[in-house]
Amino acid sequence: MTAARPQLRFHDLTLGYERHPAVHHLDGAVEEGALLAICGPNGAGKSTLLRGIIGQLRPLGGRIERGGLDARDIAYLPQGSQVDRSFPISVYDMVCMGLWRRSGLFGGIGRADRPKVAEAIAAVGLEGFEGRPIGTLSGGQMQRTLFARLLLQDARLILLDEPFTALDAKTISDLLDLVRRWHGERRTVLAVLHDFDLVRAHFPQTLLLARAPVAWGATAEALAPENLLKARRMGEAWYETADPCAA
Amino acid sequence: MSFYDLFIGPFVEFEFMQRALVGVFALSLGAGPVGAFLMLRRMSLTGDAMAHAILPGAAIGFLVSGLDLFAMTFGGLAAGLLVAVGAGVVARATELKEDASLAAFYLISLALGVLILSMKGSNVDLLHVLFGTVLGLDDPTLILVSAIATLTLVLLAFIWRPLVLECVDPAFLSSVSRAGAPGHIAFLALVVLNLVGGFHALGTLLSVGLMMLPAATARFWVRDLTPLVICATAIAFVSSVIGLLISYHWGAPSGPAIILVVGVAYAVSVIFGPAGGIVSRRWPLRHLEA
Repeated sequence: MTAARPQLRFHDLTLGYERHPAVHHLDGAVEEGALLAICGPNGAGKSTLLRGIIGQLRPLGGRIERGGLDARDIAYLPQGSQVDRSFPISVYDMVCMGLWRRSGLFGGIGRADRPKVAEAIAAVGLEGFEGRPIGTLSGGQMQRTLFARLLLQDARLILLDEPFTALDAKTISDLLDLVRRWHGERRTVLAVLHDFDLVRAHFPQTLLLARAPVAWGATAEALAPENLLKARRMGEAWYETADPCAA
Repeated sequence: MSFYDLFIGPFVEFEFMQRALVGVFALSLGAGPVGAFLMLRRMSLTGDAMAHAILPGAAIGFLVSGLDLFAMTFGGLAAGLLVAVGAGVVARATELKEDASLAAFYLISLALGVLILSMKGSNVDLLHVLFGTVLGLDDPTLILVSAIATLTLVLLAFIWRPLVLECVDPAFLSSVSRAGAPGHIAFLALVVLNLVGGFHALGTLLSVGLMMLPAATARFWVRDLTPLVICATAIAFVSSVIGLLISYHWGAPSGPAIILVVGVAYAVSVIFGPAGGIVSRRWPLRHLEA
């Protein structure tokens, strides 16, 4: 096994909205192949950090090093995905979008791709649903569809924003299998999660965030009671009249 | 009156009917798909706003050189693109949202258009610009309308995926591609082009009807994207032919006749359409086993 190289490196990173920081002075590195949970109270900057990593949000200060990753090498599943469920499109076509990196605007989805699409749909347990319009899916089935699309994206870095919210135990366990499979393939996975038991059971590393980083390291230590208490106290702080940051 | 006299005869005997037939076929090929995407992008009223926006351009063309095809087409295109881009720029550069800025731009444009038209020309000319003359299409107009239809189909093929993806999952599109914004602009240009093509036949106000009504009608019959586009185009064409025949047999103005035929198709679909029509929702078939 090769020595782990940093895939992502944050240099004194500050991200936020209208000059107000949501992630404040974050330093550190995520190693290639890491399976990292990002935890913290609401408003702690977890989603903001993911949006910074894919480049949707420009840093207010500092920078992010992406270790040569192209935007197309990063797959991102936003929180409560903003999919327009009324649009007339089938599960199959939705999953096929994951092939965008190779097919681009015009490339055909050929015979060679079909087994891959079928495999992805089978991996999330949606066989038989290929022709269903996405508007007829349940919340769990929709999330399975989006995971199938992630599978096809074949990305080096996978960002999941609260991927298991409002799902039943069976669906969560099926989708966790996929996360473990990605980890086994040495892909880097960052997941924003609120369920500490789930994090302790499945994620070796955790970043505990409360605007500023509270703890970052092995999950058991990062989620120690004193850290959780500290994170809760640092919670939300957004003052209309805050002074410019001196640090 | 035989079937031949009713449906075939007029097109065989009269050249102006043949021209009208070719014209509405080309118009339907362009307007059908564009209308379907306007509806799916929740921009149904944008089409209407753009139709009004075209008026002053066409009017200035008319003011400069009378009922001249190229002057009016060029003027309409310029005005339409100016309003589309202007509204887009204001929406991105200021706090105002796109719908509000578009409303502002097209209302100014419309007032300007009516003012210019009333300064020169009789009411007959005004009626021509507002309501078109599908029964008086000459060769250059037919070529223009056909060229627009061809360009529309080719360009739509190029921007199809970003258009679809931007409707379904804009966050995903922006994470894999930068084609979203150029695709949107190209699509707006197609809307303007098709409205300009339509205004020679149906007039500025009614050309948007052949775009939106077939799309809204088709939505009551099919649930998948490709059938929706094909269905909208077919509805546009068949309604246009029926409208032309009504216009021929009863001497009704052709533009309104065409749009009203689609209107009837729409009304029937609202009530009886299997994909979410009133009857299918109020009295659904017996539920299935699983």
